[in-house]
Amino acid sequence: MTDRINNKDKSPADLVQLEKSRLDKTLGETLRSQGISRRSFLKFCAATASMMAMSPAMIPKIAHALENARRPSVIWLSFQECTGCTESLTRAHASTVESLIFDSISLDYHHTLQAAAGHAAEEAREIAMEENYGKYLLVVDGSIPMDNPGYSTIAGISNYDMLMDTAKGAAAIIAVGTCATYGGIPHADPNPTGAVSVGDLIKDKPIINVPGCPPIPVVITGVLTHFLTFGSIPELDHIGRPKVFYGQSIHDRCYRRPFYDKGLFAETFDDEGAKKGWCLYKLGCKGPTTYNACATAKWNDGTSFPIEAGHPCIGCSEPDFWDGGGFYKALSMPTANITETAIYTAAGAAAAGVALGAMNRSKKNSAAAAHSDTTIDDLEK
Amino acid sequence: MSEIEFLNWVRGPGFQIAVIIFIAGVIIRFAEILLLGRKTNLAEAKGSEMGGGMRTIVTRSVPDKSTLKRSAFTIVAGYIFHIGLFVTIFLFAPHILLFKDLIGFGWPSVPTPVVDAMAVVSIIALLAILVHRMRDNVLRFITTKEDYVVWLLTILPLITGYMAFHRIGMTAPTLLAIHILTVELLLVVFPFTKLMHAFTLVFARWYNGAISGYRGVES
Repeated sequence: MTDRINNKDKSPADLVQLEKSRLDKTLGETLRSQGISRRSFLKFCAATASMMAMSPAMIPKIAHALENARRPSVIWLSFQECTGCTESLTRAHASTVESLIFDSISLDYHHTLQAAAGHAAEEAREIAMEENYGKYLLVVDGSIPMDNPGYSTIAGISNYDMLMDTAKGAAAIIAVGTCATYGGIPHADPNPTGAVSVGDLIKDKPIINVPGCPPIPVVITGVLTHFLTFGSIPELDHIGRPKVFYGQSIHDRCYRRPFYDKGLFAETFDDEGAKKGWCLYKLGCKGPTTYNACATAKWNDGTSFPIEAGHPCIGCSEPDFWDGGGFYKALSMPTANITETAIYTAAGAAAAGVALGAMNRSKKNSAAAAHSDTTIDDLEK
Repeated sequence: MSEIEFLNWVRGPGFQIAVIIFIAGVIIRFAEILLLGRKTNLAEAKGSEMGGGMRTIVTRSVPDKSTLKRSAFTIVAGYIFHIGLFVTIFLFAPHILLFKDLIGFGWPSVPTPVVDAMAVVSIIALLAILVHRMRDNVLRFITTKEDYVVWLLTILPLITGYMAFHRIGMTAPTLLAIHILTVELLLVVFPFTKLMHAFTLVFARWYNGAISGYRGVES
């Protein structure tokens, strides 16, 4: 990527040529040329193995596979998104091996990062597709509008057409971010663009969902490493997320969990409980229903994660997290205004009750009025 | 429907529907019962209705010795699960939040492990009550289908709540959604079944006491 930015004056054909020569290098060669020592490379392999719950025996295998991997061609499509996912993945911490792995994939198309524009950019995508047909990785961020194709287009091509066209020759698809995986913000009620996820449209390709708003960078590199090492996609959960990263909830891994168990909660953001680091459940934490690796992998090069910074989890790696009634409403609270509902219902029911009571009374009175004594004659009839 | 959509539905429209049916049902039934009135008692009052009535509300909550001896199991197990239900429903922190959201004020919670233990005790008591009911010829004879339905709808929120808290068997959002849904089912059938005793028992006891009070005898 860095090379490409420095090659602004080169023509698309030159760039493709340059890319080809880079493709011949293995990942190991690229990393060495970037000044990554063997030691830090192995440390990365070990960290990845432990993070993905693999046995230590897998470390040499990962190292070997990564060393000898040809840089895979990656096409990155951005649809209805905010570029937050790209920001997260490229800017988070520039000097680590993870980010260099990113630099070492052949990112052939990414309209935010690539230097080329217009026809040249689209040409780069088409060439990459043609040359690596059936082998390239397709990364998608952003949702796809199905209501009117004009809501989001790239070079005059609708998101839907571009996705379907590019997906055809992909070896696998990685949906990055909650928009691409489950529709995300564009899909939030009332979903004005008719936004859908990648998985809603593509059924015949392996899709790895990496949700989050944005997802943790290390999760992406983990998935990439898995793909490069084993040539397959990692084990996924029922909504397409890699189990190694999304297998446990934030709540189950939260360092504030003991306070939840004891019933010690922060009531506001600046009370004693908040200062003592008590559980944020009452402030709307969605940790109990959210599956992600934040509590273990953490953010900003392992610095912390939202709950550690004193803010409740908003549940961004789950589908429809925008429609949960508000980020600061506790999970046990109803999402609608129940008090209002209750007052109107009570008023209506009281009126209905009085009316029914009056009807019952009049029925009782008329029954009493119609009552006549039984005589001996009646019984003899 | 995704599991979070399911959860959002039970927390939103589902809960709203349940609350509407519950409140409307309870108020209408109460209005009907109270507005029907009672026959005028032509006998001369020999004491106060109010005194006897109020006293009975309290005294009937304590079983007398002979009743306790006769059906010790029903009374003890019944008390255990009712107290357990009270603690789990009204003294669990997340539940208090729900009431606070609804009525504007909350109250202190008890530590979560205590609620957890009470839930288990309540579940065991309810199971024991069912077994006892089915093994006793008289009890089985007087038990209607509705009684079994009510028993099921009472134990379900306890079991699903326990599962949701300990995250057993399914993913957390599904467990929580199922738990809330079972509570909603309970709310919906509440006004139309014997579950109404939670409200009517006070009135029924008052009437019992008031009758004695009017006659000037000890209630």
